[in-house]
Amino acid sequence: MADMVATRVAYGKALEELGGRYGDIVVMDADLSKSTMTVGFASKYPDRFVQMGIAEQDMMATAAGIATMGKKVFASTFAVFAAGRAYDQVRNSIAYGCLNVKVCATHAGLSVGEDGASHQMLEDIALMRVLPNMSVLCPADATSAGWAVEAAYGHDGPVYVRLGRAPVPVYHPEGTAFSIGGSVPMAKGGDVTIIACGMMLGPALEAVGLLADQGISAGLLDMYSIKPLDEGAVLKAAGSTGAVVTAEEHSVIGGLGGAVCELLSGRLPVPVVRVGVDDVFGESGKPAQLMVKYGLTAADIAGAALRAIGMKRDAIRPQEV
Amino acid sequence: MFRNLNEGQLRAKTKELRTKILKMLCEAGSGHSGGSLSSIDILTVLYNKVMNHDPKNPKYPGRDRFVLSKGHVCPALYVVLADCGYFDESHLMTLRKYGSILQGHPYMHKTPGLDVSSGSLGQGLSVAVGMALGARMDKGNQRVYCLMGDGEQQEGQIWEAAMAAGHYKLDNLCGIVDQNRLQIDGFVKDVMNIEPLADKWTAFNWNVIRCDGHDMSSIENAFAQAAAFKGKPSVIIADTVKGKGVSFMENKCNWHGVAPNKEQLETAMCELECD
Repeated sequence: MADMVATRVAYGKALEELGGRYGDIVVMDADLSKSTMTVGFASKYPDRFVQMGIAEQDMMATAAGIATMGKKVFASTFAVFAAGRAYDQVRNSIAYGCLNVKVCATHAGLSVGEDGASHQMLEDIALMRVLPNMSVLCPADATSAGWAVEAAYGHDGPVYVRLGRAPVPVYHPEGTAFSIGGSVPMAKGGDVTIIACGMMLGPALEAVGLLADQGISAGLLDMYSIKPLDEGAVLKAAGSTGAVVTAEEHSVIGGLGGAVCELLSGRLPVPVVRVGVDDVFGESGKPAQLMVKYGLTAADIAGAALRAIGMKRDAIRPQEV
Repeated sequence: MFRNLNEGQLRAKTKELRTKILKMLCEAGSGHSGGSLSSIDILTVLYNKVMNHDPKNPKYPGRDRFVLSKGHVCPALYVVLADCGYFDESHLMTLRKYGSILQGHPYMHKTPGLDVSSGSLGQGLSVAVGMALGARMDKGNQRVYCLMGDGEQQEGQIWEAAMAAGHYKLDNLCGIVDQNRLQIDGFVKDVMNIEPLADKWTAFNWNVIRCDGHDMSSIENAFAQAAAFKGKPSVIIADTVKGKGVSFMENKCNWHGVAPNKEQLETAMCELECD
């Protein structure tokens, strides 16, 4: 296995690198710079780093103001504060004006672990995805996280980048072709397609192996761009396998699974089974323990794939009734 | 300075702008009369005698910035922007209507001359702090102005922004509190007391200036003091009357978010013209 790198670490590194190339980058933090990893940029470019103290709502609206002065602003805090506490500021001060604020939120999902439910953000994809003008990226590894930072910089308008606390393997080699609205095929398969994002890419890859052991051929897409969604890839996968599983470290409501269901229900209805947290709050524990309890393991994804395949076979279609 | 008007000319202009505000609100059938009338004198002085701006080149980077944090009084800002020439006066009568460039609360991508969108109370001062920080990063000499309501001082985010502006010693930032002492549910002191307001701003490391928000020279003087003060942001607490200029609207919280009907408009016009 290659080195383990948290996506937040890749974010911090990419910021430092971009900071040297682009003079119009401004980075903001709300007293979490050592955790969100903006600290490296802060020490290299102190004149373009703005410490806001513990005031996330103020930070988001201030970011909007700086953006109106022609800057590209990266505002970082934990996902629970960025998307939750500062929701109205992100909505009214940033997204409505389509301003160049890149909300880079770390410590998303259950894998925050010991801090418990108050800090385990499971609703942020849903909250950010529903905002007009907002793009939502959820990179799975260091390579795609580094790309996401540069893509957010280059994109005209607000972007939400969802980053994790825990180290994860590097799945994508340097030079992988990413794009906003794109996806990366990780496995080809004819029976079912797994569509995963973020922390769930690892378990999803493992699930492909578990399914292969049972003679089931599963395809896998890394859907790092949740909005805009890679509709072409989702439709193609649904068309070729006729069954879909989504996997995300997020509520089953409104996230990647929601986005995939919204697309397929109107364009190509096939069975979709969503793997995610089932509309409950998390709790303290080791990330691995929580992933088991809340149903986010490779075995859960493989089980969901079997159910999706079963529904495909047993589907009662109106014309057959 | 945009126009070098003397005190009498300014007074005449605010009278004319008050009649326009009431006409457009009447035509719209909804909107915020009380606060538009309490803030129009401040806005008239600001856009004519204080801010550097150019209606022919509304986006030029070196211009001063304005944030209407109390976005609901946008009729007052719209008449001032039209009067400066940012858009044709004929748009005023489309306020709040379908397809209008004049939305019910300010939207930067529809109305020429707006530096930012607003409407959700409590956020504008933070946006203004961002503008002031941005100007400073580029070593620009733009000044940033932000008009807030006194009821709006109840929003916690105002004080987060006040703390940040004080911390960063943003002397290119000037806040204005339109202290008309009323909000939707009644007197500010009864709904949620904000006093001692000046002491609060002082405690947050701001330079506090008081003025009569309906006296042209008092307003102008306050802005001059703010511009001259170095090392801290300044806030002007402007003593105003909600509904100022129309007797039946003055000091009535019921006129916060209500537009005059045709009869009321006529009565108001008589009062303003006889004044």
